Amino acid sequence: MTQLFLEQALNGLQFGLMLFLLAAGLTLVFGIMDCINLAHGSLYMVGAYFVAAAAQAADSFWIGLGAGVAGAAVLGLLLELTLFRQLYRRDHLSQVLATFALILIANETVRLIWGPAPLMLNPPEALSGPVEIAGFFYPAYRLVIIAFGLAVAGLLYLLVAKSRVGMWVRAGASNREMTEALGINVRGLFTAVFVFGAALCALAGGLLGPLLAVQVGMGESVLILAFVVIIIGGIGSIRGALVGALIVGTVDTLGRALLPTLLRALLPADAAATLGPALASILIYLLMAAILFFKPQGLFPARA
Amino acid sequence: MPTRLTALAAALMLAGSVHAADPIKVGFVSTLSGPGAGLGVDIRDGFNLAMKQLNGKLGGLPAEVLIADDQQSPDIAKQATDKFLKKDKVDFMTGVVFSNIMLAVGPAVFQNQTFYISANAGPSQYAGEQCNPFFFNVAWQNDNLHEAVGKYVQDKGFKNVVIVTPNYPGGKDAVSGFKRYYKGQVADEIYTKLGQLDYAAELAQIRATKPDALFFFLPGGMGINFVKQFVAAGLSRDTQLFAPGFSADEDVIKAVGAPMMGMFNSSHWAQDMDNAENKRFVAEFEKEYKRLPSLYASQGYDAALMMDAAVRDVKGKVSDKKALQKALEAKRFKSVRGDFKFNHNHYPVQNYYLRVIAKDAQGRVTNKTMGSIFTNHADAYASQCKMK
Repeated sequence: MTQLFLEQALNGLQFGLMLFLLAAGLTLVFGIMDCINLAHGSLYMVGAYFVAAAAQAADSFWIGLGAGVAGAAVLGLLLELTLFRQLYRRDHLSQVLATFALILIANETVRLIWGPAPLMLNPPEALSGPVEIAGFFYPAYRLVIIAFGLAVAGLLYLLVAKSRVGMWVRAGASNREMTEALGINVRGLFTAVFVFGAALCALAGGLLGPLLAVQVGMGESVLILAFVVIIIGGIGSIRGALVGALIVGTVDTLGRALLPTLLRALLPADAAATLGPALASILIYLLMAAILFFKPQGLFPARA
Repeated sequence: MPTRLTALAAALMLAGSVHAADPIKVGFVSTLSGPGAGLGVDIRDGFNLAMKQLNGKLGGLPAEVLIADDQQSPDIAKQATDKFLKKDKVDFMTGVVFSNIMLAVGPAVFQNQTFYISANAGPSQYAGEQCNPFFFNVAWQNDNLHEAVGKYVQDKGFKNVVIVTPNYPGGKDAVSGFKRYYKGQVADEIYTKLGQLDYAAELAQIRATKPDALFFFLPGGMGINFVKQFVAAGLSRDTQLFAPGFSADEDVIKAVGAPMMGMFNSSHWAQDMDNAENKRFVAEFEKEYKRLPSLYASQGYDAALMMDAAVRDVKGKVSDKKALQKALEAKRFKSVRGDFKFNHNHYPVQNYYLRVIAKDAQGRVTNKTMGSIFTNHADAYASQCKMK
C-alpha cells in the first residue's frame, strides 16, 4: 500500500512537471506581456509535430527533439514579428479572437501537411521500458520527463531571478515605459521571451510525444490545464507556475487513484461507482475555485 | 467532358423517365476536420474509391456525391443535412462517424423519406425501438465489437479482467457489450475522464491488481495515450491487452507502431481477408492513397457498393421508396468483409473475427486475422424493433 502510494506520488510529480513545461511559457507571455495567447497549445502541437517529423527523418529521438525545438523557436520568432507585436497594445478580446483564429489555422495546416492520422513518436529504445526503483517498476521515460522538468525549473529560476536579462524582463513587465526610459530595448526583450516560450512549448510537445498522441487538436486539451495551472499559481510568476503545476498534477493523480477507493469504503457500491470518476475529474477545478476564493490573484501574484 | 456527356445521354435514352435526367445524388456529411477527422476522411476515401471504380456512376446512372464537413458538431451536421435534403434533394445520405451526431440528424432524414446508409455510427436506439425503414447500417451495431472481445476473453478462460473506459455513455455501452459475453470476474472497472492525457494513476492501480487480461475502449487520442503508456510501464509482460477494432486499426497503429504488437482486437473486417473483392479494394486503396485502409475505409467503400446495387435493382427509379427499401434489404453487392445479410432492423448479421497486431510479409506492423469469434451474429436490440 505504501509502495502504491509512493508510486502515485511520483506519478503526480511527473504529471505536474509535465504541466509545468507548458505553463512556464504561457505564464511568461500572459503575465509579462499581458497578452492572452490561446495559440500556446498550437505551438505545443506544432512543436510535437516538428519533433516527430524530425525524429522520423533522422531516426533519432534526441536529434528530432533538438531540431523540433529549434524549428518551433523560428516559428515563434516569425509569429511574434508579424502578428503578436500588433496585439500587445490591443485589448484582451482582440487577442483572444486573433489567437483563436490561429488555433484553427494551425490545426488545419498541420492536417494538410501531415494528414489527419496521428504521427508516430516513440521514446529511444533504451528508455522504452520500466526500471526498478525501491521495489516497484517505473517507466524509465517518465523519469526522463521528471529530470527535464526539474532542469527547466532550475534554469528558469536562475534566468528570471538571478540574471540581468531576467531583471529586465521583470522590470518590463511591471512598468514598460519606465523600463524603456532606462534605455532597455523592451520590444526586443519581448520577442526573446516569446521565442523562448515557443521553444519551451516544443520541448514539452516533443518530450510528451512518446507518452501522448501526436495529433491535430492535441494542444487544446492541454491548454485548459495549463491555464488552470497559471491561474492557481498567479499569472506571470514562474514560481507560481511550478507550484501550481505540482499542486494540479498531484491532486489530479491522487484524486484519480484514491477517490474511487475512498468512496467505495464510505458509500454504497453503485453510488460510489458513479460519483468517484465524476468527482475525480472535476477535483482540480474545485481546487482552483477554492484557491481563487481565498487568493483571487493566485498563490504568487507577479504584480502584488 | 465528353465521357460524362455521353453517359448522361445514354442514361436519358435508356430510362426515358424523368428520374433519369437527374443524377443520383448522395449527401455525404462526415467529420473531416479537427481531432476526429481521421475516421471521416477514411470513410470518405473508401467511398470515393468505390465511386471511382464505378466510373462515377451508381447503378449505371450518373451520380453526384456532395460532401460536407460536420466538424464533429451535431448542429453543423444538422444544417448541412437539411441543405442536402431540402435544396439538393439528395437520394441517399451517408457519412456520419459519431452516434451522437447520427441521432441528431436522423429524424430530419427519416421525415424526408430519404435513405440513410450509415457507414459507421450504429446507435442502439436505431437498432431497437426507434428502428426505421429509412435507416440502414452497413457496418455494425455499436456493441458488436465489444461483445466479440468479451466472448473471446471468456472462451480463452481469462479469469481476472480489468476494464478501462471513459466515463461517458459510449464507455458504459462498451462495458455492457463486453459483459454480455464475458461472465468471469471483473477485478476492476476504471472509468476515466473523457479526453484524459495521463494514465499513470490508473496504470499503477492495474499493476497492483495484477489482472490476466485488460479490456479497454478509449476512442481516438485517448487510446493512443493509453497504449503508449501501458507499454512504457512494462505491463504488457503480465497482462494481455484486448480492445475493439476501433482502438487497434491503422490510425492507432500508425501512431504507436511496433510497441502495439501482440495486442488482440475484434473486427468484422481485416485488410488481409482472403476474397477477391477485398484484395482488389486493399490494393487499389493503397495505390490511390499510399496507406493501408482502415475498417472505416472498408465501411465507406461498402456503403457506395450498397447504393450502387440497390439503384441497379430498381432500374434507377429511386423515387419508388418501397422498391428501393426492398432492394437495399436484399443486399445484392459483394462486401469486402465476405458475405453478410441484413436483419429486420436493417443492421448486419455477420461474422466477427479476432485480429492480432503483428508484422506482415512486407515487414509492416498491421492487423492479422486469427479466426472467427462469432458467426452470423446479430445485435442485442433487434428484438425490440417492431419493423417487419
